[in-house]
Amino acid sequence: MTSNNRIFSLVVPVISVILGLIVGAIIMAVSGHNPMEAYAALWRGAFGDSFTIGETVRRITPLILTGLAIAFAFRTGLFNIGAEGQVIVGWLAAVWVGLVIDAPMIIHLPLAVLAGAIAGGLWGFIPGILKAKLGVHEVIVTIMMNYIAMFVTNEIIRSVLTDHKTTTDKIAGSASLGSEWLQSITFYSRMHYGILIALFAAIIMWFIIQRTTLGYELKAVGFNRHASKYAGMSVSKSIILSMVIAGGFAGLAGAMEGLGTYGSISVMSGFTNLGFDGIAVALLGANNPFGVVIAAILFGVLKEGAGEMPTGAGVPTELVDIIIAIIIFFVASSYIIRWALLRMKKEGK
Amino acid sequence: MIEILQSMVPTVLFFSAPLILTALGGVFSERSGVINIGLEGLMVIGAFVGIVFNLTFADVFGNVTPWISIIVATVVGALFSLIHAVASISFRADQTVSGVAINMLALGVGVYLTKVWYDKGQTDMVSEPFFSTNIPVMSKIPVIGPIFFEGVYITSYIAIILAFVAWYVLYKTAFGLRLRAVGEHPMAADTNGINVSKMRYIAVILSGALGGLGGSIFALTVVSNFSQSTIVGQGFMALAAVIFGKWHPLGAMGAALFFGFAQSLSIVSSGIPILQDIPNVILLIAPYLLTILALAGFIGRADAPKANGVPYIKGSR
Repeated sequence: MTSNNRIFSLVVPVISVILGLIVGAIIMAVSGHNPMEAYAALWRGAFGDSFTIGETVRRITPLILTGLAIAFAFRTGLFNIGAEGQVIVGWLAAVWVGLVIDAPMIIHLPLAVLAGAIAGGLWGFIPGILKAKLGVHEVIVTIMMNYIAMFVTNEIIRSVLTDHKTTTDKIAGSASLGSEWLQSITFYSRMHYGILIALFAAIIMWFIIQRTTLGYELKAVGFNRHASKYAGMSVSKSIILSMVIAGGFAGLAGAMEGLGTYGSISVMSGFTNLGFDGIAVALLGANNPFGVVIAAILFGVLKEGAGEMPTGAGVPTELVDIIIAIIIFFVASSYIIRWALLRMKKEGK
Repeated sequence: MIEILQSMVPTVLFFSAPLILTALGGVFSERSGVINIGLEGLMVIGAFVGIVFNLTFADVFGNVTPWISIIVATVVGALFSLIHAVASISFRADQTVSGVAINMLALGVGVYLTKVWYDKGQTDMVSEPFFSTNIPVMSKIPVIGPIFFEGVYITSYIAIILAFVAWYVLYKTAFGLRLRAVGEHPMAADTNGINVSKMRYIAVILSGALGGLGGSIFALTVVSNFSQSTIVGQGFMALAAVIFGKWHPLGAMGAALFFGFAQSLSIVSSGIPILQDIPNVILLIAPYLLTILALAGFIGRADAPKANGVPYIKGSR
């Protein structure tokens, strides 16, 4: 049964992705577009030349981190819908440090990155402690925290960081993740060193979960809260820590945008969607850090490649959002895919 | 004072109506034990259908177009919510995940079709939106009339009436009792011969219908066109109203009215002396902050239906 489960946990995501792409093709065909042309355009948009590859990598970077933010909390049985808000506050804090502090790069950059992680962690701490101490459902609290993050951040950009402007100045060069070398080999894309931080974060998550007592406790609480309690673990400590670390990952994602891609922060009229896409990433990656990296690459490629579809095949970019939503449905409904596979197996015999 | 009320009350009603309707949908769904994070997406679909129908058939139906538009949006919202129902009831998907997918799918489909049909990211403005009117007879009542019944949208009163209807259905009929039973203790309900899946399907479809209605009324009163940014957060605010209203139809209505009040404050406040000094951002985050406080038990306790979010699997304990 265990080997069966392992196969299923690989097969379900793959089938889901294929089904998602097929449904996407059907939608395009029905709305009068050529699916093959569109997918070819998507491929060009993601891998066409070294510029698009650079842009694809920078698109993948924050997705890995928000995916980790959701996957990590999931391991403790928590649903962190608040990655969105944690990204925003992390972005703000990183840019703030990048603007205000004057220090050599070796201090300034780590400080700015850390500020992002801490701000995100703090934003995760609030739902964590409410869940741990008062039993308040984290889903609702984190949704509300998203909006609070957005409105408060907008206000800070307008009234504190600038004088009623919608975008801050560029951060100091000593806090930037950008690299002339990376830009020069990718025809001046916005690719930056953040990808290394993101991959490193995935290794950190693997290490915490698989190799430390803390990780063992977090997982145990995720599996069975009561058994963990009677085994002498502190359930509320685990819940709070899990949310803080998850928030830290999401905050890092914000820092990547602030210190790498944009070098500034602007007033937002809506969400960045990095947090919500992170849910899809974590789900497809089966909450495993390396699964998350692969899923983030897939969704990053889809999202970046989508930019080429309107000009290349006349297909609106939103098709990719539809495909991603459908993939989520299939992964979430894995029960039915398993059922169908078992059914086919039995009939084969 | 009366002048302030005269400008405030219609604005509050105007902003609250879509929230009330969508929140009622949330109450039905969650009372039956199905979490519905997808309210936002259902509103998006409602807004999209309402606007597209209105643009397409304005010449055919003339000034009854908005009414037919909201009916069509209600039906399409109900159909769209079937996806959530199938995933979370029959396929036992995680209900929160399915709801998130509903939100992504709705916005994706809405904007995709807008671009395919209109070749741009937003539709034109509709020619037949809802207009504010004076309600006959009622607006002639002294003092109260001008405050509550002059320059208001009839849809606001429909929302309030529907809240009372929902309360009656949930608390005074056998159907409502069964629906609530399924959300509290599905196994006990099943033992008593109630079809748990059927009740949950009905509840989710009702939430889709009401979400679609709310979304279309928002689109046809507040914005008059459809784009990526037509519905931004109203669905989540409605979800907040469900919880703030403690999963009760009239409570949800009260919460929605309050949130509508908070929203209108951030617009009307410049004209009111006491409120001028409150920073806008406080008014913007008030609904969300209050929901967290309510959940944390600072404003009375809010307890979810017992079986909320748990798929019902026959025969399991």
